[in-house]
Amino acid sequence: MFGQLLAQHFVHTALWAGAIVAVVSGVIGVFVVARGMSFAVHAISELGFTGAAGALVMGIDPVLGMLGGSLLVGVVLGLLSLRGRERDSAIGAVLAFGLGIGVLLLSLYQGYATEATNLLFGSIVGVSDGQLRNLAIVAGIVLAGVAVLYRPLLFSSVDPDIAAARGVPLRALSVGIFLLLALTTAEAIQVVGVLLVLTLVITPAAAAQRLTGRPGLALLLSVGIALVATEGGILLSLEKSWPTSFFISAISFAAYVVARIVDWSRSSD
Amino acid sequence: MSVVSVKDLTLGFGRRTLFEGLSFELEPGELLAVLGPNGTGKTSLVRTLLGLLQPSAGTVTIEGCPPRERCQRIGYIPQQRIFDREQTVRGRDLVRMGLDGHRWGFGRLAPDDRARVDAALAEVGATAYADAPVGRLSGGEQQRLRVAQALVADPVLILADEPLLSLDLRHQRGVVELLDARRQSAGTPVVFVTHDINPIHHTVDRVLYLAPAQRWAIGTPQEVLTTETLSRLYSTDVDVLHVRGRVVVVGTPDDQHVHHVGDDH
Repeated sequence: MFGQLLAQHFVHTALWAGAIVAVVSGVIGVFVVARGMSFAVHAISELGFTGAAGALVMGIDPVLGMLGGSLLVGVVLGLLSLRGRERDSAIGAVLAFGLGIGVLLLSLYQGYATEATNLLFGSIVGVSDGQLRNLAIVAGIVLAGVAVLYRPLLFSSVDPDIAAARGVPLRALSVGIFLLLALTTAEAIQVVGVLLVLTLVITPAAAAQRLTGRPGLALLLSVGIALVATEGGILLSLEKSWPTSFFISAISFAAYVVARIVDWSRSSD
Repeated sequence: MSVVSVKDLTLGFGRRTLFEGLSFELEPGELLAVLGPNGTGKTSLVRTLLGLLQPSAGTVTIEGCPPRERCQRIGYIPQQRIFDREQTVRGRDLVRMGLDGHRWGFGRLAPDDRARVDAALAEVGATAYADAPVGRLSGGEQQRLRVAQALVADPVLILADEPLLSLDLRHQRGVVELLDARRQSAGTPVVFVTHDINPIHHTVDRVLYLAPAQRWAIGTPQEVLTTETLSRLYSTDVDVLHVRGRVVVVGTPDDQHVHHVGDDH
């Protein structure tokens, strides 16, 4: 059974899609965690959902709506470039209203409920060849963006005041990272769904952060954990017919718990 | 040629003016202490020297250029802000940011740049903990790394804004000695913002005292830190006492945490 499934084309597509999303999420997650943007990830993904629901109502590709919703919120949050508590409450307010619109749009949508369920919980096995190509293109854009912004992004994440003094354009970088995050979120939604984006964008990076103090190594570890979680989750869901998203979040969380234990045992000797 | 030239500088936000007509030059190797109570524009002056704040009137030049054109050659040490424990950078990475953190791309560290990072770490005595995550270091160790970061790019000017705040006496002395050594060996002038002159008193060449109500005075410590000058600046009786080698200012409105109206923006 397992062997037969592995030979299927749709499984290969799913594994490739998972790998692409894992790499992008693992990379961007490192910056998201360093800048304390976890809540923003959640907001961007939920409003990606609102965008997708809008697209469904209008009868266009929900992925486009999702991209639109995520990017719009990303730009707004990036331009505000708020810090700390003010940012949390602003995001909360925007998130709640956006989600309200999403609920309205969904009630207006007359189509199949599975479309909406897929958005919320992910549908990795339904990825088509065309979607896979789009995933790869968007991933290429995100990775190229991170490569260009890498040093100033790291500098401004660690010490924004000194970075600004050195001429690093903080607001432009803030918009940049939010746009890249919006693209990443729109990718991850297609694999794990709106509700579980954090499991790929936050958890692996948070685990990596516990394991090393080296920025480059943290990036590699984060990508590694995201890859193991995604590919492992897809393979396990072939073996046992539980949702893929569950397995992905379970593996990713296990890595986080292990990282915390390793970190704790190191600092207590 | 003077390194810093400030001419007729006026700074303000909206209708509130911090100070007017401030002029001074800073020569190589000079250490200028900026003193005064909260809300008189000490940090705003630093931000203007960095080019982050535009003057309401007057000009500021660093080596004859607008500050933004020289900002990568300014070593800036801000108020100590403790790093998150989880921050995934080592001391070595932090110091390197002073060299190339503002450049685009990944960038590989060239061997001679690596040597400069090592030298800066050694200069501040941080070699032993250079590879530890910064979030796990003590406040004093973190501040030494910030000094190394400020020095690694061979700055033409050092701007230190309350760098001793919340450091214990031993680490205060360490930071002051590092900056003093730098200005003596490389002739780098230092602008040192502080609310307490005592930790740096022995190294200060000139004092800029920013007082409330847009008043200021600049000169040697012997000229500025006197009962006469400060009483004139504050328009009230202020006494400057010398007690066991320490300078103690008594009678300013801010020496008992008085809340200044208008300080909260």
